[in-house]
Amino acid sequence: MNWELLFQLTLNGLIVGTLYGVVAMSFVLIYKASQVVNFAQGEFLLVGAWVCWWLLTEHRVPFLWGFLVTLAFMTLFGILIQVVVLRPLIGEPVISVIMVTIGLSIFFQALMKWMFGVFAQPFPPIFETQVVNVMGLEVQSVYLMSLVISVAIMGGFAWFFTASKHGLAMRATAFDQQVAQSLGISVRQVFAMSWAISAVVSAVAGVVVGVVNGVSSALSFYGIKVFPAVILGGLDSILGAVLGGIIVGVLENVAHFFDSTLLNWGNMYQIAPFYVLVLILMIKPYGLFGTRTIERV
Amino acid sequence: MAAIAMTPCGDFRQSYREDTTIFPTRLSRHFAIAGVALLCLVPLTGDRYVLSLMIQMGYLGIAALGLNILVGFTGQISIGHAAFFGVGAFASAWFVEHGVPVLLAMPLAGVATTAVGMVFGIPAARLKGLYLAIATLAAQFIIEDFFARARWFTGGVAGRITQPPSLFGFAFDSNETYFYVVLVWVVLMFVAAANLMRSRDGRALVAVRDHYLSAEIMGINLTYYRTLSFGISSFFAGIGGALYAHYILFVSVEAFTILFSIQFLGMIIIGGLGSVMGSMMGAVFMVMLPEVVQWFADAVAGGMIDRALRLGNAVSFLREMVIGAAIILFLIFEPDGLAHRWRLIKAYWKLYPFSH
Repeated sequence: MNWELLFQLTLNGLIVGTLYGVVAMSFVLIYKASQVVNFAQGEFLLVGAWVCWWLLTEHRVPFLWGFLVTLAFMTLFGILIQVVVLRPLIGEPVISVIMVTIGLSIFFQALMKWMFGVFAQPFPPIFETQVVNVMGLEVQSVYLMSLVISVAIMGGFAWFFTASKHGLAMRATAFDQQVAQSLGISVRQVFAMSWAISAVVSAVAGVVVGVVNGVSSALSFYGIKVFPAVILGGLDSILGAVLGGIIVGVLENVAHFFDSTLLNWGNMYQIAPFYVLVLILMIKPYGLFGTRTIERV
Repeated sequence: MAAIAMTPCGDFRQSYREDTTIFPTRLSRHFAIAGVALLCLVPLTGDRYVLSLMIQMGYLGIAALGLNILVGFTGQISIGHAAFFGVGAFASAWFVEHGVPVLLAMPLAGVATTAVGMVFGIPAARLKGLYLAIATLAAQFIIEDFFARARWFTGGVAGRITQPPSLFGFAFDSNETYFYVVLVWVVLMFVAAANLMRSRDGRALVAVRDHYLSAEIMGINLTYYRTLSFGISSFFAGIGGALYAHYILFVSVEAFTILFSIQFLGMIIIGGLGSVMGSMMGAVFMVMLPEVVQWFADAVAGGMIDRALRLGNAVSFLREMVIGAAIILFLIFEPDGLAHRWRLIKAYWKLYPFSH
């Protein structure tokens, strides 16, 4: 047993897991507000990261400005998707809504490949020191940045939903649309806003991953990794999404460790979360914190 | 099926038997038989390219029909259909490797795929809607991973080579001959599906889709029918996969990706959810799509649009985008698919000058 490697991998898992948590949170946000299961969540990361990359490398915009312009663009993008594609489908069966987001997902994946090519592109370096020493372990400074950003986003979400007017409106809509409407909340606005926020937050995660690993279509796989995380945490629980994300991040790294040292099955890093997903769906489909409204037959 | 019959004046059915018939009028039955007979003549033209497209439409149509039974008729969603298609392809190749004749290996592969489908159908029996979608998504990745790992079954990353079917020493190894194998299976499977929908089991599936609580109150065992629907859908996927394997003659691990699964979903949405013939229309659409995109790219090659958009090396992406866009546009503007449009066209011409 190589304890140091295990510890290092667990730490990696924690950091990647917080990113999963952030993406899962934005997934749950859309689900809670508008009851849409967004299979195109990964494409938000992809689009955000490519736009930021494009501004930074092709137009030599400083990082901060490029980042802010990306966020502004993603706000519009999220609203546009909701208004143009999802709004006509309000009231349609859940299958149609799922499939339309799947359609969006492959559309934007192919569009990004067409516009920017299939190869991973590195971000220009943002920090001067690449590696920081934390408790005797070498950690890349971008990883630290990603951890700080993720925690900041989570804090922001907590404030938004407990203290701000719009956040409360969103919770009211999630609780009961008709009651919310009769209280003067514009449900349309809430839907659009939830998509905008979700797109922006995912884009932040996308940029962070892009800075760490380079931008490529592999980013959209985060949108699929989200499912184990949200099912584990419970589909409609934001806290659950964060915890689920962290657990999935740690789990895949630990599975990778056991796979490479003991089992030698190969590819457990990718697949282990899906085994866990099936297991949870069988025994506890509402997850750790989800509402128990699933009808069993 | 019967409810959509286009009889111009009045409804004179007097028994359930007449109500559930596949062909509402004698004319429509003659048309169907004449259509199949015409298809039998296609190989005589000797156009390899057209034949290869039609063979593709055949095996994809069978698999799409299976997915349509699951999604369109039972209201369960599956994002792992390509994985089951792959199980059928590998299983058939594996049986042939172990000495089973190809024509027997195909139905055996269907049965094997049904078994695998039933295993993943167990969560399907307990879950519905989006939870099932996520479970089948997991199935897609788990089976894909299994393909890469199980060398005894799939030949690992190298893939598996297999042989064309043969009967009494006659090998169906060219497009012209293999076309008939596919045609027989297509007719068989489509008639089977149309008949299934007339039976008690078929109506039970539709009842489960439309209102599962009412269905249960009427004495339909939900768990049984959901698992059954999963099994039937896997069987069709397995047959489609086996036909694919013995046409291409080489089954590769990389062929059965999630994108392929999404293409199957696209086929049934475009063709028409809950329509037997719609599955075939969707498969035709999906096979013709890359050809049309390619044709378009060739037509504008060298022109201004080509240079501005770099079309030459983007045809495969363009194709995926068109698939995605087609799914979205059909869901928004024509949720009942091509089958519905076809019905409207038929009704229009049937009553031609006096359509109102």
